[in-house]
Amino acid sequence: MKYLPSLSLTLRGRFRGGFTSKIMNNRINKLFQEKKEGILSVYFTAGYPELNDTRTIIEELVKNGVDLIEIGMPFSDPVADGPVIQQSSLVALQNGMSVKKLFEQLHNIRQSVDIPLILMGYLNPVIQYGVEAFCQKCNEIGIDGLIIPDLPPSVYEEDYKAIFEASNLHNIFLITPQTDDERLREIDEKSTGFIYMVSSNATTGAKTSVNQFQKEYFGRIRSKNLKNPRLIGFGISNAETFAEACQFASGAIIGSAFVKCLEGDGKLVQKISGFIHSIATKS
Amino acid sequence: MSYQVNEKGYYGEFGGAYIPEMMRPNIEELRTNYMRIINSYNFRQDYISLLKNYVGRPSPLYYAKRMSEHYQSHIYLKREDCNHTGSHKINNTIGQILLAKELGKTRIIAETGAGQHGLATATVCALMGMKCIVYMGAIDVERQAPNVKKMRMLGAEVVPVESGSKTLKDATNGAMRDWINNPVDTFYIIGSTMGPHPYPDMVARFQSVISEEIRWQLDEQAGREKPTRVVACVGGGSNAAGAFYHFIDDEDVELIGVEAAGKGVDTHETAATITKGTVGVLHSFRSYVLQDEDGQINEAYSISAGLDYPGIGPMHANLHKTDRAKYIWATDEEVLKAVMLLTQKEGIIPALESAHALAGLEKISLKPEDITVVNISGRGDKDMETYLNYLGY
Ligand SMILES: Cc1ncc(COP(=O)(O)O)c(C=O)c1O
Repeated sequence: MKYLPSLSLTLRGRFRGGFTSKIMNNRINKLFQEKKEGILSVYFTAGYPELNDTRTIIEELVKNGVDLIEIGMPFSDPVADGPVIQQSSLVALQNGMSVKKLFEQLHNIRQSVDIPLILMGYLNPVIQYGVEAFCQKCNEIGIDGLIIPDLPPSVYEEDYKAIFEASNLHNIFLITPQTDDERLREIDEKSTGFIYMVSSNATTGAKTSVNQFQKEYFGRIRSKNLKNPRLIGFGISNAETFAEACQFASGAIIGSAFVKCLEGDGKLVQKISGFIHSIATKS
Repeated sequence: MSYQVNEKGYYGEFGGAYIPEMMRPNIEELRTNYMRIINSYNFRQDYISLLKNYVGRPSPLYYAKRMSEHYQSHIYLKREDCNHTGSHKINNTIGQILLAKELGKTRIIAETGAGQHGLATATVCALMGMKCIVYMGAIDVERQAPNVKKMRMLGAEVVPVESGSKTLKDATNGAMRDWINNPVDTFYIIGSTMGPHPYPDMVARFQSVISEEIRWQLDEQAGREKPTRVVACVGGGSNAAGAFYHFIDDEDVELIGVEAAGKGVDTHETAATITKGTVGVLHSFRSYVLQDEDGQINEAYSISAGLDYPGIGPMHANLHKTDRAKYIWATDEEVLKAVMLLTQKEGIIPALESAHALAGLEKISLKPEDITVVNISGRGDKDMETYLNYLGY
């Protein structure tokens, strides 16, 4: 009895040394291998504007040529978010959105959708669902990665990494203009999938232009030759800011501006195709 | 067993720093510098001198004779209500603003519920000539109008927060978002033993002056340093942390925290986090929180704007879990009775928050020989409208 556990430990240790990441055949890796520039990733809050819009939004985004989708899990206290996503989260929760509900809505999504899907949200709802159960469910559905801004890398490494990797999930880390070189190297080392570059010192929210300070930051990070590809997000809102960001990274993420375009009257599918075409007419 | 924070920022399983990367440089700067600064000679000189000559410390420890007769026991009141600005909050803001200055920050942000922490922050900002922005839930802006006016008079900008439940929780979200948007010149003065490490530990240290004084004052007056028990109200937990601090390792001193039950712990209109909460992560620390089964944070309710927070500081979560301290609750109704009792027995009008500690006395069996110290965390000026409505004046 004593002999067996120690044997399995050695085996596990050896495997660890052999692979840098245990995540395999993940759609995120495939996307970045196949497409080196101009990747368009779109964020939306699940349950907004209506509870059951989730699938329509995903399918419409795919139809319009979006490369990657971040599905927002609304939280009552989204501290990293600006007014637009605060509001969409509030409405989504009032509509009755929850992690459980979202998983129901995403059931069988892989029968119709091929592009990478990421869930983005805050830690507490994941903890209450149960981290292991949550990750297993993601795997079952075919989710490729998670972005949880209030799960810092050190806590992730200690308590979450093994669970995420067992379900073939990338955990996406953020960097900001304040991230120093040492931290940058650490995050590059710990990252799999891609690095989420927060475009400025700000919560989420659309801005209409990229300023000189941001360009210097984008350029500085580009020159570091990181091992992971990067997407730039927060404040990317239109064709100009998208194109600008794409000069410095593999692509960019649009959140608040897209969420905002969904509000008001009109048909959902038309708003979505109109918005995506205004960003990237070529795709 | 140590009840203090460990190297990683945890009290047992509670605490930590669940911060988004955007807040990391500021939190790291604070974490790696706070103990060095607090222990430095210059800091101690300034801190002690301001507490003495500006705040008016030591605050009295008062033997409440008629309350003692009423309860057939010995009741002492620690008079934090006598502090400049009217509550214990100033002990902490003096400490943090000196720290902010030492770190070279020029812009101060804070969250506030009752307005007492906002007021204490606006006050030290005026004192130090620093820019001050206070986030306050829109509902609290209305129900604590006198404090809002005082803060504005002191030169602070008071920003009403319209999101979520429009109370303390949302004010905290507002302040955290401000910090993310202003990461270089700004220091966030958190008002209670909450938030990411090292805030809970730092705030507890600044408030620990309360129990430091109780020890020698009680020795002077009663010939013993240790009371039978210490009773304090608990919102985020700072006045209780300060009143417990130097007794934590004396296991023969009972520590009792009183939470706000609002309309009752069996209703949804409550703020009794330890009694009703489950473990979760809110505002960058792990503790008990009021939440639904999907992990969404519930709104807390209490008649007292300083206690309606759906979380509790990690130090208290651990003191509860390890059974070192006991947490009980008092309802709005019980609290208003306690306000009247103290007012008419001792001529002291307490804050609604502090009256929770007094209401707790009704639920503790007090023996004739017991010595109970009740922390009167603040005065009732800000609550006069509530009191007058209650009395029908
Ligand atoms: C007088 C008074 N006591 C107590 C509190 C509650 O805070 P804490 O639990 O941090 O002492 C407040 C908060 O505003 C207060 O104003």
